[in-house]
Amino acid sequence: MAEEKGGLVFHPMDQFIVKPLFGDGAIGMFTVTNMTLWLALAAICTIGLMVIGTSGRAVIPGRAQSIAELAYGFVYKMVEDVTGKDGIKYFPYIFTLFIFILFSNFLALIPMSFSPTSHIAVTAILGFGVFFVVTAIGFIKNGVGFLGLFWVASAPLALRPVLALIEVISYFVRPVSHSIRLAGNVMAGHAVLKVFAGFAALTAVAPLSILGVMAIYGLEVLVSAIQAYVFTILTCVYLKDALHPSH
Amino acid sequence: MATETTGAVSSCVDSHGSAIGMPQLCFEWFPNQIFWLVLTLVVIFLVLSRIALPRIAAVLAERQGTISNDIAAAEALRNKVADAEDAYNKALADARAEAQNIVASAKADIQADLDVAIAKADAEISAKAAESEKAIAEIRAGALASVEEVAKDTAAEIVSALGGKASAKVVGAAVAARLKG
Repeated sequence: MAEEKGGLVFHPMDQFIVKPLFGDGAIGMFTVTNMTLWLALAAICTIGLMVIGTSGRAVIPGRAQSIAELAYGFVYKMVEDVTGKDGIKYFPYIFTLFIFILFSNFLALIPMSFSPTSHIAVTAILGFGVFFVVTAIGFIKNGVGFLGLFWVASAPLALRPVLALIEVISYFVRPVSHSIRLAGNVMAGHAVLKVFAGFAALTAVAPLSILGVMAIYGLEVLVSAIQAYVFTILTCVYLKDALHPSH
Repeated sequence: MATETTGAVSSCVDSHGSAIGMPQLCFEWFPNQIFWLVLTLVVIFLVLSRIALPRIAAVLAERQGTISNDIAAAEALRNKVADAEDAYNKALADARAEAQNIVASAKADIQADLDVAIAKADAEISAKAAESEKAIAEIRAGALASVEEVAKDTAAEIVSALGGKASAKVVGAAVAARLKG
């Protein structure tokens, strides 16, 4: 990606490099890195909003408590609407995913920051985590009946094996699309921002480039919230399939 | 991991500190990334499920309770207002009826007083009338007596003027006879 021509330097992917925070040795499993810092900031923001923000327990909420209650109500209603009453007990897990992705995405929009959700390693853990947990719930709740998810009883008998094959493939593609959608969106947005910013070095196109950065930044703000929402609602949909496998 | 390091830091970063390919696909960072991610998620999950979410649920339930209590209280107050209005209207109607009664009884009293006064006045008037009649009768009687006297005197005078000589007794008898006749 690196291209050097008369001061015009593009390193759009450098922002995603994981670096040790202290010193510059190799990165072992427990090395504190820039990603550790931004994950910790996401956790601190979560605690700040959800714990410190609600510490007043006011009947008439203040600003922080209002936002916390709004987030709670938003995800709670989503879980209830999509999965039904029996999905409510998984609400804390889904809320954890939502608030983590939301804060990671928004914190990543701070200039010079690091975006954990742009990394496949992160989103794959989230996506495959959802996949394995949901599949396990499906088998525990429904036993072998969970396989009915792949056997479309309403289709003609001759079509059912074909449909079953398609259903199985689509089921196993779910975690891949689930995780790559999030990482792809965040990574692409940040890379495009960096490319536009790189063009600002050319005086002739600098105004256009800055306008472009502003526009893409606005788009990225939207994408941050929407991707958190999409990830969460898809988790709810998968959970609904596990709880009620019949079509 | 460290043994695979090439160049400046690792196989994913070149000697200028720039990324080689996509940093997202640098597998030697994966254990580190996964470790910190899982740690973060566990921390967030524990904090949310132990502290934040129950607290918010309690606050929302409390608010719901407060709102329904307030609505119930407002309903009760409204009923009370309706009752009070009914009582007020009833009291007003009662007061009106009582006033009507008082007016009617006052009227009756006044009528009775008036009747008594009229009767008294009538009695007084008739008494006065009787008295007057008596007085008139007396006067009339007095007048008759005077007429007899005058007649006697006149008769005596006339008799003496005619050159007769009449005793008072004879004249009196003659006048009395005349007057009777």
